[in-house]
Amino acid sequence: MTPVAPLPTRRAGPLPMRTRASMLLRLLAIQGSWNYEILLGNGIGFCVEPALRLLPEGIHSDRFKRALARQSQYFNAHPYLAGIAVGALARAELDGESPERIERFRTALAGPLGSVGDRLVWAGWLPFCSLVALVALGMGTGPMGTVVLFLALYNLGHLALRIWGLETGWLHGLRVASALANPVLRRGPTELARAAAFAAGVALPLALSRVIGPGRIFIGAVLVAVVIGAIFVVRLEGRLQGWRLAAALLALFAIFSVALR
Amino acid sequence: MLVDLLPIALLGGLLGLDVVSFPQAMISRPLVAATLSGALFGDPALGLLCGAVLELIALETLPFGASRYPEWGSAAVVGGAIFVEGGGDEAGTLTMAVLAALLTAWVGSWTMVQLRKQNARWARAWREPIAAGARGSVIKLQLYGLTADLLRGALLTAISYAIFSPLARAALRSWSVEPRLSRAVVVGIAAMVASAAVWKIFHSTPGARWLFLSGLTVGLLLLGVVS
Repeated sequence: MTPVAPLPTRRAGPLPMRTRASMLLRLLAIQGSWNYEILLGNGIGFCVEPALRLLPEGIHSDRFKRALARQSQYFNAHPYLAGIAVGALARAELDGESPERIERFRTALAGPLGSVGDRLVWAGWLPFCSLVALVALGMGTGPMGTVVLFLALYNLGHLALRIWGLETGWLHGLRVASALANPVLRRGPTELARAAAFAAGVALPLALSRVIGPGRIFIGAVLVAVVIGAIFVVRLEGRLQGWRLAAALLALFAIFSVALR
Repeated sequence: MLVDLLPIALLGGLLGLDVVSFPQAMISRPLVAATLSGALFGDPALGLLCGAVLELIALETLPFGASRYPEWGSAAVVGGAIFVEGGGDEAGTLTMAVLAALLTAWVGSWTMVQLRKQNARWARAWREPIAAGARGSVIKLQLYGLTADLLRGALLTAISYAIFSPLARAALRSWSVEPRLSRAVVVGIAAMVASAAVWKIFHSTPGARWLFLSGLTVGLLLLGVVS
């Protein structure tokens, strides 16, 4: 590659629909090569690449190669919010922003996109949708209804976030940081946590009853045991994860049930 | 035998792929994966019940960043299949299905770490062309990772099912605890893990404790109506 020539700064036009669709589809596979060294880095390059094809110099040019190499370096973000970075970085490259500015932007954006996404999606939206589906199951909804409800509800938020991220990133370019002040991102995690806490309360007895079968006294006794067990698990304070404890208890129960015969 | 494993391996591979690589639409959540597995084995309603128990446990293990967490997609496929195979109502079927799923999820977690290490090895091998902006190498690395993840999930599901299915059948022949109590133990343990998880996630949120208790009241009232 030849030395970098200063690029004229000019605003890129709107993103063609075909490019936008291609980037959105690739965003769904952004973690395809996730690894402990460059994390999401190659995925960012993979998603930005369709936009880089719009560079006037073409895909065989030094400008394209330098941009793709820059975007395929180390990066970390929540996968659903990575669209913000992808849109903004594509815009920056097409606008001819300086490599130094792009590097600074990548460094600054990675942290917030990870933590906001984790709180909003993994600790909020996902458990909320899961608990709503468990409520539906407990109320007698069949397999098709429960699964469709969960997938439709969850993916409504999931896809909306990905599309909004890409659009917002493209619209604001390197000034996209202000988008992180969006009320959904700021207040969403707390409101979702409240809604999920309520849904959890409704879901637990209903789901228990659906799996065990009718019998109020029996279910009541199981609920009391659940509360005592949950207090014990909380008091473990992470020394032993609950799911590992569950596996151990079930293994002991299975051995007991077979050996007792 | 190998041909018999193909459909479940394919389903496990696709759902295992969804956990991290593509498209993360949560078709890998136990509630969905076990139902699909149940449908594959002829009874989606039974698959859903097994999925609900696993979903309660899965509430504890949310896929935060680079942390190591169980791989529920392939695991729930194995659990759903074993539950339907065992007839659902038979004593101990749910215990063995959930246990098989948890152990598969455990191994699945390890296989995901190995895949990430392999992706890093490929990234290192292609560092020069990627640093030179070679479009083909960027795309190739992504496709290698996706394909490897699909194969990982398929192999994990096939091997796990091949091991746990006969083990579960053998255990069920000697099972002594009555069906209802067996189910209660399993769902009780799952609900215990879920309650603790809900507490850990939400206890610092203002008002969440009262909302949980309000929800519990509503749930108990609805339980009276439903039953």
